[in-house]
Amino acid sequence: MTAFLLRRLIQAAAVVLVMSLLVFLGVFAVGDPIEILISPEADQFERERAIKALGLDLPLWRQYLVFLGNALRGDLGRSFVFNEPALRLILDRMPATLELAVGATVAALIIGLPLGLYAGLKPNSPLSKGIMATSILGFSLPTFWVGLMLIMVFAVQLGWLPSTGRGETVTILGMRWSFLTRDGIAHLIMPALNLALFKISLVIRLTRAGVRETMLMDYVKFARAKGLSPARVTFVHVFKNILIPVVTVVGLEFGGTIAFSVVTESVFAWPGMGKLIIDSINVLDRPVMVAYLMMIVLLFITINLVVDITYSLLDPRVRLEGKS
Amino acid sequence: MSTTTIAAAPAAPKVETPFQRFVSEFAASRIALFGLVLFLAIVAIAVLAPFIAPQNPYDLAQLDIMDGRLEPGTVGAGGFTYWLGTDDQGRDMLSGIMYGLRISLMVGAGSAIIACLVGASLGMLAAYAGGRTDSLIMRLVDLQLSFPAILAALMILAFLGKGILNVVFALVIVEWAYYARTVRGSALVERRREYIEAAQCLALPTRRIIFRHLLPNCLPPLIVVGTMQVARAIALEATLSFLGLGVPITEPSLGLLIANGYEYMLSGKYWISFYPGIALLVTIVSINLVGDQLRDVLNPRLKR
Repeated sequence: MTAFLLRRLIQAAAVVLVMSLLVFLGVFAVGDPIEILISPEADQFERERAIKALGLDLPLWRQYLVFLGNALRGDLGRSFVFNEPALRLILDRMPATLELAVGATVAALIIGLPLGLYAGLKPNSPLSKGIMATSILGFSLPTFWVGLMLIMVFAVQLGWLPSTGRGETVTILGMRWSFLTRDGIAHLIMPALNLALFKISLVIRLTRAGVRETMLMDYVKFARAKGLSPARVTFVHVFKNILIPVVTVVGLEFGGTIAFSVVTESVFAWPGMGKLIIDSINVLDRPVMVAYLMMIVLLFITINLVVDITYSLLDPRVRLEGKS
Repeated sequence: MSTTTIAAAPAAPKVETPFQRFVSEFAASRIALFGLVLFLAIVAIAVLAPFIAPQNPYDLAQLDIMDGRLEPGTVGAGGFTYWLGTDDQGRDMLSGIMYGLRISLMVGAGSAIIACLVGASLGMLAAYAGGRTDSLIMRLVDLQLSFPAILAALMILAFLGKGILNVVFALVIVEWAYYARTVRGSALVERRREYIEAAQCLALPTRRIIFRHLLPNCLPPLIVVGTMQVARAIALEATLSFLGLGVPITEPSLGLLIANGYEYMLSGKYWISFYPGIALLVTIVSINLVGDQLRDVLNPRLKR
């Protein structure tokens, strides 16, 4: 197990290194920051001083080594635009994104589980067929367009919910959260639902498939034969067992949700990491782009590593396969 | 050629060719047939856009800025009716959507075809060569698939900047892995079959075995994945263009049309974003309907 873990960690470190090189080279291939950042009225002297201050006069490989060394110390450069450490900018925005992603996950479970359960228990009822047809739409609908339509209906036409922003926030542990105020919740509902759209469909399908499979199991038949009430059989014997795979998949999808929040945050002007990266790309704020991409790479490698380790703990075959 | 078909037909009237069987099985589902007709109609609209669109949205001489942001059904200054309204530049939305479909379909289908060629070749190579080549390619596939498509595409476009070719490139990079995995999976099964052994015994060149024997038998799953990936590519392109990272403003796809309407949405001018979105939705759903049925028909496991 230790060998497996070590090998996995080395692989992960190698991937991070390769990705850092790719990100660095890729970002440096974009435009010329000198032209963008230094005002055209600046004289030669001011220009050179600015180039030196930003470290843009060094050869590319030196810049990479400097970047790598700094990155290891947790310094991913200063934003050209905000003149603040890029990492801090991203960490500042992270609670908003996490809040949105958690909200979407919770919404997906609250909406998806009951619908999937119903569709699994009564597969032939018209309502179930309707639920399944709608879940296909959930996979097909372009998320950003649905977001716009939500704004149009609930913010513009009906005026029930605010269209953009985060609303009132409460500061806990030095981070600002909106889910603790009424206004914040009102702001959170639409973006979270929008981001949850795909996951709702996923949860419905997983739950339905799980229920249909579990209903045929011997222990369910036995519970029924014992004369337990249908509600008890459904919720204790069936529901508890399908929760494990559903929660696993939804957990694995969490990284994807954070990734996709880029779109939702742009639609609803939600001030999270995703909105920050899109804005940074548009003004070519390279340190923020690099910092964001490195954070995301780290996040995904961590998620994948955790998944791999969990699987190897659960299934010894995975470990053995790696050895041969 | 045609005479032999006619001569052979009466001799064995009840034998269906595999293609005929495929067609009749596909047509068994009304909804899939509906999807196919819908999709063909969309393709026809996109191809014929320059001839059937009421206006050329790229021709500035035909636009009248005074007609900007008109509601659907308004008769404009030029005397013709804007059935789906106009955008801020006074462009007819109906024409804009027809031209936008061209870009969306082109990018979607183009990237899917290239990704298919790249992915299928690598998948085939992995399956046929095995060993280190196989594990190297499959590592890359795993790496690619563990990363959400939207993020990978975002990274690439952040590096390369806007542009149709850049979008196609980004979509190919995020999509090839699906094809590679699919082809490798079926090629690994097929290459152990007797007909491959027979071909090898005949000392046929490897290239011939791969392209004439192995590849045709790996096609069904590839077709299914390909159909679904076209829909995915179109949706992804629209999303990227909406974020301002996709196609340039001079070649507006459906996603960019929707993005253009975003700022007018809050003042209740819904049609600028609404109708391009409907066009996008109908396109994606029609492809998915066809893809679903193809999967059912082409999957031997579901055969009765």
